[in-house]
Parts: sequence; structure tokens; C-alpha cells
Amino acid sequence: MKGLVALTKALADGATSSVETTKALLQKPDLVGAFLLRDDAGALAAAKASDERRARGAALGPLDGVSVALKDNILTEGVVTTAGSKLLAGFVPPYDATVTTRLKAAGAVLLGKTNLDEFGMGSSTENSAFQQTKNPFDLTRTPGGSSGGSAAAVAAGLCAGALGTDTGGSIRQPAAFTGLVGLKPTYGRVSRAGVVAYASSLDQVGPLARSVEDVALLLEAIEGFDAADSTSSDVAKTAWREGLRSGVKGLRVGLPKELFVDGMDPEIDASVRAAARRLEALGAHVVELSLPHTKYALATYYVIAPCEASSNLGRYDGVRYGHRAKDVKALKDLYEKSRSEGLGPEVKRRIMLGTFALSAGYHDAYYVKAQQVRTLIRRDYEAAFASVDVVLSATSPVLPWRLGEKLDDPLAMYLMDVLTLPCNLAGLPGLSMPCGQSKAGLPIGLQLLGRPFDEATLLRAAHALEADLNLSLEPR
Amino acid sequence: MKLTEQQVRHVARLARLALSPEELVTYREQLSAVLDAVDALAQVDTTGVVPTSVVGASTPHLRADVPHGEVGVKVALANAPQVDGTSFAIPRVIE
Repeated sequence: MKGLVALTKALADGATSSVETTKALLQKPDLVGAFLLRDDAGALAAAKASDERRARGAALGPLDGVSVALKDNILTEGVVTTAGSKLLAGFVPPYDATVTTRLKAAGAVLLGKTNLDEFGMGSSTENSAFQQTKNPFDLTRTPGGSSGGSAAAVAAGLCAGALGTDTGGSIRQPAAFTGLVGLKPTYGRVSRAGVVAYASSLDQVGPLARSVEDVALLLEAIEGFDAADSTSSDVAKTAWREGLRSGVKGLRVGLPKELFVDGMDPEIDASVRAAARRLEALGAHVVELSLPHTKYALATYYVIAPCEASSNLGRYDGVRYGHRAKDVKALKDLYEKSRSEGLGPEVKRRIMLGTFALSAGYHDAYYVKAQQVRTLIRRDYEAAFASVDVVLSATSPVLPWRLGEKLDDPLAMYLMDVLTLPCNLAGLPGLSMPCGQSKAGLPIGLQLLGRPFDEATLLRAAHALEADLNLSLEPR
Repeated sequence: MKLTEQQVRHVARLARLALSPEELVTYREQLSAVLDAVDALAQVDTTGVVPTSVVGASTPHLRADVPHGEVGVKVALANAPQVDGTSFAIPRVIE
């Protein structure tokens, strides 16, 4: 599997057909547990339709016939969508998410639905109610999360690209853990309509793929204004791939000292700093800077996200859809039992945390306070972007950990998100890309953050670095 | 902040979650540990700082209030755990 852009070329040249590649991918065994569902019949029908269009000279665009996977919190009409929760087992959406509609309109072949932490709540995909997903680089380790299924599917060569969602790092961290490029777009660039809500002011859909150009191509297909999402922004669509090759001469890169945290893995630290030196060698100016409120990002996130989750997940009542407890006599018990049986421990934890922080007597001290600190974090970045064009750090402070290792201590798991959370809180675009490998062969990722709606600069910098580093990370 | 058992029970009830006695103990510990970490926020001087509820270039927009994209009764009820004719069925609430 060479990647998405390579596949578009092979399809355009007639070197392969959509049916041929789709069949080959569907027949490949899923040894990493990436997929919750593979839609063989739907994918093959879409591939056949694509080949027919192409034969008539009516291909819909570059993505026509290209096989992609969707994280299972993105609605697909007629195809089961669970969000990794027992509560939604067997749920068949009556409509497509806007991003699903857009991929279909671009001719993409949707191969299936990938595993995730239940409702996106987790950093290792171990909170899925259904199965464990393994890191293709080391099957005893996590692929990251919550979009771990999408990351593992792409890295294991089971699809050309995938969509994930990112609320606190859920695209970027799994991308880093599996040697991929992952992009969380600016809040509002990609529609959230039809995406199972976790924390609405932070959630964003974005692509994971094997190269910067692959990611740019997927972003082109899914971005843009959508009346069905009240926070969708009406910025113009962009031909992202056109500016990719302009280089980084004169680009100002900031290394925030607060994001080079104590306890960071020394191999990661060295790899990210080496990448910064490569950017310098390519003509960028690298400077140190300070983002003073960074140390409060974790606390801010773990108030705001649970508060929004407690409200969003109130809809699961066992009445209109989803799991319903049996033999219940009173409506109150129906709610309580259905939710208690259907939801997993991490989801319950976050719902209760949010319910507490929003409850009478605590609302101002927790929720309003966190929203105020969120303003300060946002201002830190506004100030930084007055003097630099991108902010560079590691994506994760640690290498992929062993499955099961951190499950007993929720707070230790939350700490793993420390480098990716500020991006969501500030609503910025953030990209993770491979910058090296540990001695043990595990991928290392770096993170680039940019000004709101300036994905162009992120993609350009990442493309220059990708070409310079010329890594080829392949699972053993 | 250390939560009392009473507080955890209250929060669970507000969230419509039923906890077993063992769960009550575990969640009390885990939630207290997270709240301890979250209490760092109290150190920040936020006098006069406007809270951020949503980020983005523009204020949220609303579409025109006209019905669209109707799915029909059959589809709307397709995922319901229990149906009575064209309605969602729930346990009796009025005697």
C-alpha cells in the first residue's frame, strides 16, 4: 500500500481498478483489530460504480474509487454506527454525517468503521466496548486513541486513508503512535453534523494518512461550510495541495518551553529537536517562546470536556434508540438502568465529573473558571502567533505504551494528553507527523500548531520536513 | 477536592447512573483524584477575564426554521427498543 495519492494516480492511469484494490483490501486479514465492521457489499458496489464512471470518462475527481475508512462515531446511513459503545450496539443511522456525504460525493469507497475509545473518551482505544486494537509496529502496544482504529487501519495497510475525530488529541496522538500524518483542522473548518457528540466546543473531524499530501487531499474533500452545523465556518475552500511545495524559507518556528515537559521520553525530545534543526537548515528561523498558561490546560480540559459530555450524553435514555434495560416498571428506572448497563466506566467517570462541575454550588468554581482559563490559554497562542508562524513540539510525551499498562489509573492516562489539549482549547489547527523512530522501532511524532484557519502553513512546513527527513516507517 | 460518598451518590443520581457499592468506592477515589488535579485552576487569577464557551472566527449561525430532511415514521422508529404503533413505547408514568 503506497498511499492515497499514489492510488489516485494508479486509478487515473488505469494501472489498477477500484474493484481490484477494494477487493484486495477487504481480503486482507485485520490482524490489529482496527475495524469494528467491514462493509464488503457496500464497498464493492461503490467500487464498481466508480469503475463504471471512470470508464465513461465521468470520474468525480481525484478521490473517485479510493478506499477509506471512517471512525465509528461518524454516521453512515444504513451501516451500523456504535461510537464504540455497547449502548449503541446495532444502531443503524437514518442519515449520513456531512463528512460521509462529502466523501461519497467525491467518489470515495467507504470500506468500513474503525474502533475507538467509547464516544472518543480515551487515549489508547482500550475503552472500546467491543475489542482491543493493536499497534501495527508492536502488537503488544496501543495504537493510541481515541482514533486508534483509524490509525491502525492505515498503518497496517488496510485502507489508503481514514477519518478520525479529535477532541483533545484523538487524531494527532494515534497518528504519532503509528507513524502517520494526522490533522485536526481549525474548529469550524469541517462540519460536525452527524458526528456522535462528545464535547461540542472541542470536537473536530480530520484525516489520517501516510503522507502530508494524502492528508491535504482528504481535507479538500471534507472541509467547507455546512448549514447543518451551527459552528461551521464559511471560510473559502482551498486547493491545499497547490501550496505544499513552497518550502519553509523565512518561516518562523516557535519551540514553547512549556511543551518540552519534565519526564518526556529522551528519545522523543532528541528526535523533535533534531527535526527543528532540520527546519532551520531548510531556511526557517527557530526561536524559543513561552506559553505561560500551558500548565493549566489539562485541568481546563478535564472540566470543560466532561461538562459538555455530561450534557451531550444525556440523550441516551433507552427510549428512542440505543440499549434499553429489560423488565423495568418505572420511567426513572428505565433511564438509570439503561444508561448504567450501556455505558462503560470511563464514560461514566466523565459524565459524573461533568455533572459535578455543573451542579449547584460548583458551577462557577469549576465550569466558569475553566472557561476563563481557556481564554487565557487562547491568548497565550494569539500572542505567540504575533511573532511565529507555527509552534513545534512533540505530539506525545511518551512512546506507545503496553496494552493494559495504564488502565487502572485514569489520571495517569489523562496526563498523556498534555501536549495535544491546548490546540483544541484554543481552536487551532494541529498536525502530527513522523519525525523518527525509537531504538525499539516505535514511531515518534512531532506536532505543529498554527493560526486559526492557517492549515496551509502547517501543511507546507510538514511537507518540507517530510521530504527532508525522508523516513519510511513500516510496521515489521 | 475529596468527594464524600454522599456527594458521589448525589452526582450519580443527577446523571441517571446507578452505582453498585463497589463502584461507589472506586468512583469516589478516582473522581477525587481528578478533582485534586483540577483544583490547580484556583491558582489562576481570572479577575475580569471573559469565559470562552466556543472558539471560532464567527458567531454560531442558525439556519432558517423550516422543516427539511424528513426521514418518515418508519425510519424514525427503526432503532427504537420498543414501539407501539407509530409511537415510542415507555413504561406507564400516569396511573
